[in-house]
Amino acid sequence: MNTIATVKIAVNALSINKMRSGLTMLGIIIGVAAVIAMISVGSGAREQVSKQIASIGSNLLMILPGAATSGGLRMGFGSTPTLTFDDAKAIGTEAPDVAYAAPLLPGTAQVVYGNQNWSTVITGTTPSFFDIRDWPVESGVAFTQRDVDGATKVALIGKTVKENLFGDEDPLGKIIRIKKIPFKVIGILSRKGQSPLGQDQDDSIYIPVTTAQKKLFGTTFPGMVRMITVKANSSSALKDAEKNITALLRQRHHIPAGREDDFSVRNLTEILAATEQAAKIMSILLGSIASVSLIVGGIGIMNIMLVSVTERTREIGIRMAVGARGWDILMQFLIEAVVLAVIGGCIGIMLGIAGSWLISHFAGWEIAISPMTILLSFGFSAAVGVFFGFYPARKASLLAPVECLRYE
Amino acid sequence: MPSFIEVENLVKIYRMGNVDFHAVRGVSLAIDEGEFVAVMGASGSGKSTFMNIIGCLDKPTAGNYLLDGQEVASLSKDKLAGIRNKKIGFVFQSFNLLQRMSALQNVELPLLYNGSPVKDRKIRALAALKSVGLEDRAYHRPSQLSGGQQQRVAIARALINNPSLILADEPTGNLDSQTSIEIMTLFKRLNKEHGITIVMVTHEPDIAAYADRHVYFKDGKVVKDE
Ligand SMILES: Nc1ncnc2c1ncn2[C@@H]1O[C@H](COP(=O)(O)OP(=O)(O)OP(=O)(O)O)[C@@H](O)[C@H]1O
Ligand SMILES: [Mg+2]
Repeated sequence: MNTIATVKIAVNALSINKMRSGLTMLGIIIGVAAVIAMISVGSGAREQVSKQIASIGSNLLMILPGAATSGGLRMGFGSTPTLTFDDAKAIGTEAPDVAYAAPLLPGTAQVVYGNQNWSTVITGTTPSFFDIRDWPVESGVAFTQRDVDGATKVALIGKTVKENLFGDEDPLGKIIRIKKIPFKVIGILSRKGQSPLGQDQDDSIYIPVTTAQKKLFGTTFPGMVRMITVKANSSSALKDAEKNITALLRQRHHIPAGREDDFSVRNLTEILAATEQAAKIMSILLGSIASVSLIVGGIGIMNIMLVSVTERTREIGIRMAVGARGWDILMQFLIEAVVLAVIGGCIGIMLGIAGSWLISHFAGWEIAISPMTILLSFGFSAAVGVFFGFYPARKASLLAPVECLRYE
Repeated sequence: MPSFIEVENLVKIYRMGNVDFHAVRGVSLAIDEGEFVAVMGASGSGKSTFMNIIGCLDKPTAGNYLLDGQEVASLSKDKLAGIRNKKIGFVFQSFNLLQRMSALQNVELPLLYNGSPVKDRKIRALAALKSVGLEDRAYHRPSQLSGGQQQRVAIARALINNPSLILADEPTGNLDSQTSIEIMTLFKRLNKEHGITIVMVTHEPDIAAYADRHVYFKDGKVVKDE
């Protein structure tokens, strides 16, 4: 008995009782749609996190002033209560396992160009910063060590700032005023997108750290910076880099043994990896919850197939009397269950894609529907059909022909 | 040379709870090829039980059964299915057609299980329907046919694989006397013209009269054979 004929018989049998077949399929439809929607939402979230992680760069450490305590950041006593430009320089040159170190001194200010003005974050830093963040200049040039040494008034602007201040105009070489101080725009940074915290990283201006200290913000201590960002040589060197930086800073800050650090080193990559892991667990969780509904759908199929086998006992008897073997009967019912599951699966896939699209459209979440997910759901629903259809089909195939023919 | 059907000390015991019920108790019988046998006897005397065993639908509790020289008791379920498909045609009292299918599809059914080519099936099924005079009812459902027509569809189905044996358990039980005569005429023709062996259970002497040999059952035993 060939497969196409069997499938035809199955479809025929299912179409006898359309209402019942439809309701049975509904379980699978909902299950598959839920799996697809949940996995799409989950992997969308994961992809977003990964993108953000990529956007801030890899192998990063962040050094903040003050000891890390349970209550948050606290200023250390005794020694220099802050991080300085020189600390950053020392870490960059002296600490082993460190590729780059850059100080950061951010502040908010009003920026004016012609009759346009825009409030944004101005960050004083060194050229290393752009290496640490893998953030190239798209047009123009980055400032150099010479600009840092000379505290020149040059600025690199992000895409958002460019769009708001200049529109279609070419900003290169133009003079902008930050807190009334004129700065020359020497470069435009490439687009970076959202940070893991949801900030627009392109809404920013970067200037030499010395210029920020001396001319723009002024600092309580000479050379003070808000934080230092560090890129380790490799991800495996992160731990050592952290240790070396701690040792170096303790020495520079003259902290005696037994005393707490007056700074804290944070492993950004680790924090973000944890976020990514959380997103991953979330998507697995969502997927497994949805799978439960698929299994419930499978049990629905099994239930209906059992009813069907009982109802059609006489048919089974007739088929056996004219020569059907156990295998033929098994295949007939199994294929019926699989056809039921697969049709349900296909409808579920379409609904799932539509559902994911609606979620992304109305909730504004990012979704990612991969062909793999679709294939997997399809395979899974077929497997559900086989798994839950097997028992009823086998039951049918083992019936004795006489018993079936006597059945009313 | 052994007969076409040879049973020896056939016993069938049904177990109900812890009571044994002897439905067939030691039947020995030989039927030659081309015979037309009527099986008669009171209700509950074991006729259907005997027919089911002869038809390989059921296995005896004890005894030997040779069909066409082949020992049947030792065969696997699948082998038995093959024998039912090729050698035996069944005709039942209640027709046993699949209601959801047309007459044609019902007649094709046995061909589905022996790998007959798809294009052959329809031709052969139509020929079988023609031989019972129902070629113009091929696309009717059983529910759209009279009892006699349904029984003729069932006979066409029984004939489709050119069996050497037709087993009919009260084939006219649900039919009026006029239709019964038509069916019996058909049986007679199949037996005479095609040499098909027919074993038929009936309660009616005038139906049994069509057969050449009468076997009487009583309490699971053959009491008369003439
Ligand atoms: N599956 C079964 N389980 C228990 N007892 C059975 C079973 N099948 C048949 N019997 C018993 O076996 C006996 C013979 O039954 P069988 O059907 O062979 O009778 P029959 O001669 O065909 O009767 P009828 O003329 O009414 O059809 C009956 O008494 C019946 O109750
Ligand atoms: Mg009977």
